[in-house]
Amino acid sequence: MSVSIEHPAEAHTEHPGYAIFIKVWLVLLVLTGCLVGMSHVSQTYAVWGLLTLTPLKAGLVFYFFMHLKYEGPLFKVVVLVTLGTLLIFFALLFSDVAFH
Amino acid sequence: MSGHVHRDDYGARLGMWLFLVTEMVLFGGLFIAYSYMRYRYPAEFHHGGSELNVTLGVTNTIVLLTSSLTVVLAIVAVQRAERKRALAFLSTTLALGLIFLVIKSFEWGAKFHHGLYPNSPHLATLPPGEQVFFGLYFTMTGLHGVHVIVGLGVLSVMLWWVATGRVRQDRYIHLENSGLYWHLVDVIWIFLLPLFYLAA
Amino acid sequence: MTTHASTAQPSYLVDTGTRKGLLAWLTTTDHKRIALLYLYAMSMFFLIAMGIGFVMRLVQLTSFQKLITAQTYNALFTVHGVIMIFLFVIPGLSAVFGNFFLPILIGAKDVSFPRLNLASWYFFMAGAILAVLSLFTGGGAPDTGWSFYAPFSLKTGTNVSLAVFAAFVLGFSSMLTGINFITTIHRMRAPGMQWFRMPLFCWAVYSTAWIQILATPIVAITLVLVILERFFGIGVFDPAKGGDPLLYQHLFWIYSHPAVYIMILPAMGAITEIIPTFAKRTIFGYKAIAFSSMAIAGVGSLVWAHHMFTSGMSGMALMLFSLLTMVVAVPSAVKVFNWVGTLYKGSIDFQPPLLFALTFIFLFCIGGLTGVMQGALAVNVHIHDTYFIVGHFHYVMFGGTGMAFFAALLYWFPKMWGKMYSKKAIYASWFPIFIGFNMLYFGMLILGLMGMPRRYYVHLPQFHTMHVVATVGSWFLVLGLLMFFGTLLYAILKGEKAEDNPWGGVTLEWTIPSPPPLENFETIPIVTHGPYEFGAQEGKS
Repeated sequence: MSVSIEHPAEAHTEHPGYAIFIKVWLVLLVLTGCLVGMSHVSQTYAVWGLLTLTPLKAGLVFYFFMHLKYEGPLFKVVVLVTLGTLLIFFALLFSDVAFH
Repeated sequence: MSGHVHRDDYGARLGMWLFLVTEMVLFGGLFIAYSYMRYRYPAEFHHGGSELNVTLGVTNTIVLLTSSLTVVLAIVAVQRAERKRALAFLSTTLALGLIFLVIKSFEWGAKFHHGLYPNSPHLATLPPGEQVFFGLYFTMTGLHGVHVIVGLGVLSVMLWWVATGRVRQDRYIHLENSGLYWHLVDVIWIFLLPLFYLAA
Repeated sequence: MTTHASTAQPSYLVDTGTRKGLLAWLTTTDHKRIALLYLYAMSMFFLIAMGIGFVMRLVQLTSFQKLITAQTYNALFTVHGVIMIFLFVIPGLSAVFGNFFLPILIGAKDVSFPRLNLASWYFFMAGAILAVLSLFTGGGAPDTGWSFYAPFSLKTGTNVSLAVFAAFVLGFSSMLTGINFITTIHRMRAPGMQWFRMPLFCWAVYSTAWIQILATPIVAITLVLVILERFFGIGVFDPAKGGDPLLYQHLFWIYSHPAVYIMILPAMGAITEIIPTFAKRTIFGYKAIAFSSMAIAGVGSLVWAHHMFTSGMSGMALMLFSLLTMVVAVPSAVKVFNWVGTLYKGSIDFQPPLLFALTFIFLFCIGGLTGVMQGALAVNVHIHDTYFIVGHFHYVMFGGTGMAFFAALLYWFPKMWGKMYSKKAIYASWFPIFIGFNMLYFGMLILGLMGMPRRYYVHLPQFHTMHVVATVGSWFLVLGLLMFFGTLLYAILKGEKAEDNPWGGVTLEWTIPSPPPLENFETIPIVTHGPYEFGAQEGKS
């Protein structure tokens, strides 16, 4: 009989080192700079910056700083389900707001 | 009391992530309210955003991003049993969190000084959309601030536990989970920056 | 698996630690004791709210209006709703039977976070006490209705702030319970307890827990906004400051509609445990029921604006939400068909739990179908905010969740206390409950179609006859409920000892003694087959 419960032992045996996180931090700083820069160009750029760079930054924090990269699929699914739910709430709300 | 203490770090992390789900949805509700109102009052939000201090907002972003980095580095240090380094990293995080709050309070203070606070006589003279903008600004940054304070409290305990060896190379789940919380606070700020400070 | 002749461990009801008596209960981390703590507290709240409902019906006899003023009536329906919803049906089956049986059904010794579990109960009690305090402090009992609609909730002088904060704290308790249950199901299943070998009650609790963590925070933040609005005037919901009450309605129902599924899903799960046991037959369509729970949780979160059809939403939103509302009836119907399919050609053992389970199916069908009626836009305009709505949700919440709660209580009672109740007394209580229930709430459906608006203190003469019928029904109902609870209370105190497996059930809880020992299982069982294999059981013995 195959036993289905996962063993509580750590999934990741090889821990990441300092360097990777410092690199991610540098990227985050650069992206923040880009975001500020874009917002000074025009309103359209500001909105595009908001819609693209912000989720990218958040994604980097989730993926590296919060160790999602090193976790199994369950944690990724949990995060995706949450974001998906919020997105659907948002879309359905705008089915009212946007068609007034 | 029932003596069946078993250790399940994976389960503890899962529990923490599920708690973070509730936090994401909590702020998600506010982000939904924000977009509802911004859709309704685009010009007023634009104007309201121009009243905010971009320099302070961006500075605070850098402060928080860096504090996030030092937390994750503290975990690496604990994994490598480099306790002194871990303590240094965590102390840096705490210091940066405090700096964030100080900057924040200057910012709020300036707004109050200009009569820009909910229910103020000056705010009542502004167009409705701007009143809502500042209502949301104070609510969202305020609630975020509360989370920063809670996070600082939790991380102070972690500093203590690393110092006393309760958090150590073979047992650092508490630090990991506290770190997760702190990162989420950081992520929320990542969204607040463009929504308010860069809205203009 | 069925041998448990000698058990070294004492029952969980016996104090084994250093603390004794009440203190031992209040500091326990045992999931079974926490379940009973919830049950005792909730039964008390239920009886209080039932009493309030009883008084509200008396007011509609008009001769009692000298005793109850209109303002008091407003407070009564608010408090009745707040207590019933936040303190009884939302925690309901999940907190009591979920806590008690989820770990046992998956072969675990406890939940993943036992101390968090106890903390959740304290949050629950704190919320309950705050809710009660809100009645007597500040400007008096809230008069907004349980939905706290803005802008009235922002302006009324009654103590809405505290009541809303109480709901916030209760929400926190609900979220923590959800986190605990999800983690428990992922981490604590016994060896061989694969996902599709779990009893379906676990699937129901799992789906519920997901709604608890995905929807509750929305209402939490909404209620925080109401408080901030009342204290600081932030203006998000206040039209005078550019805010929008419709945004409040959206945010409130984004949680509060899924909350309906938080209430009903574990109820359906309990029914799914009861039916196979008394049909002596495996469940019909295991996977269909498991997935329909998840589907209800998913689709049920996307229908909230059907509470707002007359609020002036866009045509697009009206059509979308009407369509989604109809869709959510499908997984619910799948379950009903599966229950009936399970009974078909089963060897039915007619016992009190099955009687209440069948009552659940009957009343829930009326509740569900009247719900579909309201999902139709044109009909909704006619019956919006009438007694039809009140009748409908009492059919779902009381006829559904309430009856399932009673059925589950009867089913698991011998296991929880190791005592057996008088079946005759339970049968006797069923008649006034069933007759009174239908007089009261079907009366309300008719009143609603006639045009009687809800929450009115007075009514026009043409509604009087039906109001009398409904009020008389409420007397039968209350009588039956008192008989029901009295019977069970007597059984707890003086009932005869129950067998370990009085119903011939085959899920794991029936393999351990009644009442269960402290750590449930002497040795963690190894599961080799699905949950409802009656044939396998007979083959062994």
